[in-house]
Amino acid sequence: MRKLSGVRLPHAKDTAAKPFTALPVPEKVLIPMSMHMGAPCTPTVKLRQTVTVGETIGTSEAAFSADIHASVSGTVTAIPDYRLPNGNVCKAVEITSDGQQTPFPDITVPSYTDRAGFLAALRRSGAVGMGGAGLPAHIKLDPKQKIDQLLVNAAECEPYITADDRIMQEHPLTILAGIRRIMDVLDIPECAIGVEENKPEALRVLHEAAEKDPAITLVPLPPVYPQGAEKVLIYHITGRIVPAGKLPADVGVLVMNVTSIYFLETYFTTGMPLVSRGVTVDGEAVKAPQSLIVPIGTPVRCLLEAAGYEEEKVARLIAGGPMMGQSLPSADVPVTKTMNAVLALGPAPERRTTACIRCGRCLRACPLRLCPTELEKAYERRDAARLKELEIGLCMLCGCCSYVCPANRPLAESHALAKAFVRKEGQ
Amino acid sequence: MATRLPIKPAPHLRDELTTQKIMLLVMAALVPAAMSGIIRFGWRAAFLMVFCIAVSMGTEGICRMLMKREQTIQDGSAALTGLLLALNLPVTLPLWAAGVGCVFAIAVVKQLFGGLGQNFANPAITARVFLMLSLTSDMTNWILPRGKTLYFGYDAVSAATPLVNTDVSLQDLFWGAHGGCIGETCVAALLFGGMFLIFLGLVSPAIPGAYLGSFALCVLVYSGGDFHEMFYQLMAGGLMLGAFFMATDYVTSPVTTLGRILFGIGCGVLTFLIRYFGSFPEGVSLAILLMDILTPYLDRLTMPRPFGAAGKGDAA
Repeated sequence: MRKLSGVRLPHAKDTAAKPFTALPVPEKVLIPMSMHMGAPCTPTVKLRQTVTVGETIGTSEAAFSADIHASVSGTVTAIPDYRLPNGNVCKAVEITSDGQQTPFPDITVPSYTDRAGFLAALRRSGAVGMGGAGLPAHIKLDPKQKIDQLLVNAAECEPYITADDRIMQEHPLTILAGIRRIMDVLDIPECAIGVEENKPEALRVLHEAAEKDPAITLVPLPPVYPQGAEKVLIYHITGRIVPAGKLPADVGVLVMNVTSIYFLETYFTTGMPLVSRGVTVDGEAVKAPQSLIVPIGTPVRCLLEAAGYEEEKVARLIAGGPMMGQSLPSADVPVTKTMNAVLALGPAPERRTTACIRCGRCLRACPLRLCPTELEKAYERRDAARLKELEIGLCMLCGCCSYVCPANRPLAESHALAKAFVRKEGQ
Repeated sequence: MATRLPIKPAPHLRDELTTQKIMLLVMAALVPAAMSGIIRFGWRAAFLMVFCIAVSMGTEGICRMLMKREQTIQDGSAALTGLLLALNLPVTLPLWAAGVGCVFAIAVVKQLFGGLGQNFANPAITARVFLMLSLTSDMTNWILPRGKTLYFGYDAVSAATPLVNTDVSLQDLFWGAHGGCIGETCVAALLFGGMFLIFLGLVSPAIPGAYLGSFALCVLVYSGGDFHEMFYQLMAGGLMLGAFFMATDYVTSPVTTLGRILFGIGCGVLTFLIRYFGSFPEGVSLAILLMDILTPYLDRLTMPRPFGAAGKGDAA
C-alpha cells in the first residue's frame, strides 16, 4: 500500500517520560459554553449559586451539542460574554473555588442496557473528541452506517504534545476496557490502535494489555506528520479512502481519539463527567515542561507557572500543537475540553517572504495530493470555480505546505481563507 | 510577556530552508565548475563571472527600483543567473557582450514578466541563446586550454568545441581539458556539483536522470550501440551543465515528478535531434528553452489527483 506524504518534524516530545501530576485547584475558573463542535450551551446556573464538581452548568436543546459541568466546587461569580480565541463569542461561567473540590452528590455510575441508553448517558457526560476537533461523543458514536472497524487515533503526530502518550502509558487497561465497551455496544467486530513509532513505551504497555484480545490490533505508524489526520490514519491502517465530502463511517470505520476513549471508560465506571483533562505544557519559554491534569476552565497562566515559564521570553502562546494549534491572545485564556497542550514559544524566526519559486515542495508535502501553490494563486484571484476544481474542500489545514515553503508563503492561511470564501460563494 | 499576544495563523513552525539559501547552495554547487573554468581558461574567466554577477544584480536592483517594487537583489536569484550565464560564455567574449547578455537575462526575460517565479524561460539559457544568435562568431570563439596544467592568461589559438572537433579523448572530456564555455567543460566538477544538489534534496533526480538517460538512449540507438559515441556525446558540450543546473531551474520546470520526467525526456530527445540533425552543433540550450515553454502544459497534464477527490473512484 502506498503511503501518503507529509513532513518529518522535530518531535520535541520532552514530556514523554513525565508522569501526569494534578495541578493545584485554581482560585477561579472560567468555563466557556462552547468547547465543542455544534450548538453552544446555555448556562443553567445563576450568579452566586454554589456548585459542586461535576454539576451541570450548561446544556443545550440541540442534539448536536455537549453538556458542560463545573470543574471546581465553589460559587458562580460571573456569567460574562466571552470571546473565544477563534473569534466567536459565547457565554462563559466563572466559578470562584472554595478549594474543597466537593463532588456533586447526585453522581451515580451510569447504567444502560442498550445502545440508546449508552448514548443518552454519554450525552450527559459532556464527552467530546479530545484530540482537538471536539465532536460530541454521542454524535460520533451514533453512526447510521454499518461499522466494521474501530480505529483508535493515538498517533499524536504534532511536536511537543504527549497528552495521549502519557494516558496510554499510565492507563492501558482502562483504555482497552473502553475500547471493548464501545465495540460491544456498537457491535464493532474489530479494532486497530494507531500509534506513531516514536512512542515505544506506550506501544509496549498497550501491546501487553491488548495481547489477550484477538480482535484488537496495535498498528505502529511511521512518525510522519500528519499521521493522526483522520483520512491519513484510515488509509494507512485500513487502506480505505474516505471520498471528498464523506465521513469515515461511510467507509465503515469509526475513528476515536485515545484520550476520549479513556475518559469514556472512566465516566462509565465512576459517573464523573468531563471536568478535567491532561495537558502538555512545553515550549522554549518553559523551563520545566510538564504533563498536568487540569480542571477545565483553569487559566493557561496557572499551567505556565507550574512549568516555570520565563515571562519575558514568551512571544507566542499556542493551544495545541505548533502545526495546527490555535494562537492565544493572552495567558488568561482558559483550558478547554479539546486543549491537549499549551506551548509558550519565543518569537518566530525572521523569515523573508519571496515570490513562489515553483520548487514543488508543497505538492510533495501535501498528504492529500493537493496543489497548495495553485490554490494560493486561485484564492488571490478569488476564483471560486478554480478553487473547487483543485478540491479546496479536501484541505484539512494541516500546515505541511506552509512548513516546507522556502519562499515563506502563507499557504495554509490562504487555504483557510479560501475555504471560507468558497463556502460563502456557494450560498 | 505582553498582556496581548499576537494571534498568528498556524502553522507556528517552519522549516529552515529559504529561497535565499537555495540560491546560495546552487551557487555553491557551481563552485567546482567555476574553479575548473578558472584553472583551464585563466583569470579572465574569474573576472567574467564576477562581472556577470555584478551586472545581473545591478540590473535586478535598478529594475525593481524603476518599477517601484520590493527590492529583491538579496534573494540571490539574480546572482545565480549571472554566474550561470558566465559559465555559459566563452572566455574570450568581449565584456560588453557579456553585459548585454546579463541585462537581457534579468531585465527582459525575468523582470518584464514580473520577476522571480514569473519568468517563462530560464533567464541564463535565454540570454545564452540570444547572444548565440546575435553574436555567433564571438560566442563560438573557443580557445584551447593549455593541457592539464594551471594556465593564466590565454592566447588567441582558436579551437573548436569537441562537438565539432571530435578527436578529444574521453578522459580529457571528463576532466575538462578541451575547448568550450567556461563552466561546461569539466564533467567531473559538474557531476560533483549536481550530486551535491541531489543529495541535499534541492534538485530532484527526475530531470537530470530523464534528460541524460533519454539522450544517451537516443545516441546509443542511432549509433547502433556505440558506447564510445554515447559517452562522448554525454560529456561533450553543455549537456552536463544544462542537465544539472539549467533544466532543473525550479521556476521554468514542472512541479510534478511525472512532469519533470517528461520534461527531462523532452530535453534529451530535442538535444539529440538538434545535435545530429540540426544546423547548430550544440542543442542543449535550445532544447531546454523549448521545454521551458512547454512547462505549464506539462504541469497541467500531470497534476496529481487529490486523495479521495469526488466522483472519480479509487485513488492511489
